[in-house]
Amino acid sequence: MFSLLEARFIAPDVKLFRIQAPRVARKRKAGQFVILRVHETGERIPITIADSDAERGDITIVVQGIGKTTKLLNSLEAGDSILDVVGPLGKPSEVEDFGTAVVIGGGVGAAIAYPTAVALKKAGNRVVSILGGRTRDLVILEDEIRAASDVVHVTTDDGSYGEKGLVTDALQKMIDAGEKIDYVLAIGPIPMMRAVAETTRPHGIKTVVSLNSIMIDGTGMCGGCRVSIDGKSQFACVDGPEFDAHRVDFDVLRNRNAMYREAETQALNRFLADPESELARVPGHRCRLEDAEVEG
Amino acid sequence: MSRNPIKPKERVKIPRQKMPEQDPAERAHNFQEVNLGLPESLAHTEAMRCLECKKPVCAHGCPVGVKVREFVDLVLSQDYKAAAAKMREDNVLPAITGRVCPQEDQCEGTCVLGKKFEPLAIGYLERFIADWEAESGELGLPPRAPATGKKVACVGSGPAALTAAGDLVQKGHDVTVFEALHEIGGVLVYGIPEFRLPKAIVRRDVDNMRKMGVKFETDVVVGQTVTIDELMDDEGFDAVFVATGAGLPRFLGVPGENLNGVYSANEFLSRVNLMKAYRFPEYDQPIYDCKGRTVAVVGGGNTALDAIRTALRLGATKTFMIYRRSEKEMPGRAEEIHHARDEGVEIQTLTHPVEFLGNDKGWLTGARCIRMELGEPDDSGRRRPVPIEGSDFHIPLDVVIIAVGTGPNPLVQSTTPDLATNKWGYIEADPKTLRTSKHGVFAGGDIVTGAATVILAMGAGRTAAASIHEYLTTGVWELPEPEAPSEDAAAGA
Ligand SMILES: Cc1cc2nc3c(=O)[nH]c(=O)nc-3n(C[C@H](O)[C@H](O)[C@H](O)COP(=O)(O)OP(=O)(O)OC[C@H]3O[C@@H](n4cnc5c(N)ncnc54)[C@H](O)[C@@H]3O)c2cc1C
Ligand SMILES: Cc1cc2nc3c(=O)[nH]c(=O)nc-3n(C[C@H](O)[C@H](O)[C@H](O)COP(=O)(O)OP(=O)(O)OC[C@H]3O[C@@H](n4cnc5c(N)ncnc54)[C@H](O)[C@@H]3O)c2cc1C
Ligand code: SF4
Ligand code: SF4
Ligand code: FES
Repeated sequence: MFSLLEARFIAPDVKLFRIQAPRVARKRKAGQFVILRVHETGERIPITIADSDAERGDITIVVQGIGKTTKLLNSLEAGDSILDVVGPLGKPSEVEDFGTAVVIGGGVGAAIAYPTAVALKKAGNRVVSILGGRTRDLVILEDEIRAASDVVHVTTDDGSYGEKGLVTDALQKMIDAGEKIDYVLAIGPIPMMRAVAETTRPHGIKTVVSLNSIMIDGTGMCGGCRVSIDGKSQFACVDGPEFDAHRVDFDVLRNRNAMYREAETQALNRFLADPESELARVPGHRCRLEDAEVEG
Repeated sequence: MSRNPIKPKERVKIPRQKMPEQDPAERAHNFQEVNLGLPESLAHTEAMRCLECKKPVCAHGCPVGVKVREFVDLVLSQDYKAAAAKMREDNVLPAITGRVCPQEDQCEGTCVLGKKFEPLAIGYLERFIADWEAESGELGLPPRAPATGKKVACVGSGPAALTAAGDLVQKGHDVTVFEALHEIGGVLVYGIPEFRLPKAIVRRDVDNMRKMGVKFETDVVVGQTVTIDELMDDEGFDAVFVATGAGLPRFLGVPGENLNGVYSANEFLSRVNLMKAYRFPEYDQPIYDCKGRTVAVVGGGNTALDAIRTALRLGATKTFMIYRRSEKEMPGRAEEIHHARDEGVEIQTLTHPVEFLGNDKGWLTGARCIRMELGEPDDSGRRRPVPIEGSDFHIPLDVVIIAVGTGPNPLVQSTTPDLATNKWGYIEADPKTLRTSKHGVFAGGDIVTGAATVILAMGAGRTAAASIHEYLTTGVWELPEPEAPSEDAAAGA
């Protein structure tokens, strides 16, 4: 069992957790993830390790509530525990002094890109970060990313904050201005990663994306996470999650990620209809409604 | 001193007892166990058939040398507890082996009765004793030797690691099992389905091991969470037994393999067994809704049989196996092939898919297959399938499951540079002692042999435990004397 030391929302539906997981904290490197399972009947889902403290023995994750498991997770509080956390999984990010590194995070992708931005900065790169969100509230971890960057551009689809537009607009502007770019890391929704790949392709800029395929074990055992790279299958959990953006077949990724849409909707609706019965299965979860009744 | 009142001439006239099983039409739609177990009376009748040979060759057929004749004798005297104890001398997981051993190639394959009549149903009797023991609650846990102060890590929790852990803890060592997944049991829990091996049985054995003092740590991927060197240098383990299995799925490398609806058997079976997708939505893990669909499996082994019979239970209306050799070469257990057929699985032999076809949304719609004929025998001694030119044909499909074999998981090897592997990536271990190239590290089971059987993995666990114990008590780490060099080797030197 893994206890939640801290749990707080940092944006609507985006929650940051600190989890006691000493073995993982000791070993993890930027770009790696954990797979967690909330309770006995739950799924295993992959979440990037945003930060860690080996001394204290904890890791930080940032979760966007989009479906059943992430929403269940986001309704937990400090003091609750989850059943399984396994990791660190996947290959660490390739970190070296490239020169100028552009780190692009779309939505919760910012949380996934953040640890690598820190590592790139440490390795001596000039780090330019581009944070994107549909609207102001969805731009997350801005302060943290500023601290790790030389320059930060923020874009929102609706113009409620930063530049109105897409992250690729900001990137295109840099390219058009003749800025030297040696390396691009782009993490976010599939259409965003695909668009970044197409923006840098004509200029031959090395571009890396982190692929969010559906995973089970995370150790190379099931093959469910396979992605198509240069027409060949690779397993995102052990060969990735980072891959050369110009070689990724994004159609395959999009299709495969949509494979269980119906079941996912059903699970989410069931959860939303009766969240308490799910919460009751969480090990050590104290129902705050009951507390309220006792106190009241 | 035989307890059998019947003369051998009469014994052979008794027909082999039939295992009561769930009706095929019914069981094809549920996940309950197919075989129901012999009632005591049938077990007794079956035991009467044993000729109690002076030279019981059955034991030679068994990879761990279970003393069949002796336990049969104890069945005849209705001392089942003693029979169980006798069995446990060689085999600590009898409820499991009785169900899943390929008996026809092992103990029953060598039983003399089989020459003229049907062999003794050794697997059925083994299961009978183990289940009796469990029901009676009369399990006597073996005594534990005084603590030695030595720490041993077992990596993986399949039959090889469990057997080794059980033996080592009895010898007084402090044993911890590290497993990557959240459940203990390896293939026994994530691969072999409920209807063939109820998970409660595995759990029971694991609980017994806990009571014996074995510690279990799940969610630890050795090589990622902690390395072998860290286990030995930082965490004080004196010896490590690596038994990580052969869990890496192989694909065919044909076009269309990434279409939605194409699964590896490992994924399909893990979703259903480990994650209980067959109980969706009670459990969160989804699986493709097979109801009313056509599902095929590519392959002819136990994994293929398990996968296709699982699809049937998930509601598939048409199920078949696509196998490139003939039925004679199918490596699956005979009983399971027979069961699958009874349940309505069609077997398409001498056929192989060359391409998977899909629609514009990326979903599988069918397979282009080719017919094969058998040519010359290959390395495995089986006749090599050769494609027949121009024999392409199309099969419409909703789901296809690839079960054409597995390879070694490299996570331990790639992070342990001084652990020697062979050209396929399996760990090299001395066959007698299971010592590897790395001081204090032993390896066994599928990670050394390639995908094999439960009982062979258990045999390896036993050997490893004995060898580790010897190393821990003597402190001597040296590989056995090399055999006298052969002329070739001498000439080469
Ligand atoms: C390497 C990796 C790192 C990730 N890091 C983060 C992170 O730091 N923060 C974050 O909020 N999200 C992260 N994700 C995405 C996260 O895993 C999914 O949002 C989550 O699994 C959705 O589960 P659900 O039950 O809430 O939603 P569902 O409704 O079940 O699924 C919604 C969508 O999420 C995807 N998904 C579903 N199940 C899985 C699964 N088992 N594995 C992977 N994807 C799945 C599918 O595309 C699906 O359509 C990461 C994904 C990967 C592969
Ligand atoms: C579907 C299927 C059906 C089968 N049916 C039969 C049958 O009927 N009869 C029969 O005799 N045999 C059968 N087999 C074969 C048999 O199950 C295997 O030969 C046997 O389980 C091998 O045992 P093992 O202990 O070597 O490894 P496994 O059982 O494979 O266990 C290895 C364990 O190690 C874990 N692991 C891997 N890497 C790491 C790591 N880095 N760190 C920590 N843990 C790790 C894995 O998660 C796994 O739990 C079947 C196999 C399959 C897949
Ligand atoms: S362990 Fe397997 S091979 Fe050995 S006697 Fe039992 S069923 Fe036969
Ligand atoms: S070989 Fe067959 S008949 Fe002979 S002792 Fe063994 S089981 Fe009995
Ligand atoms: S998640 Fe199973 S192989 Fe990657």
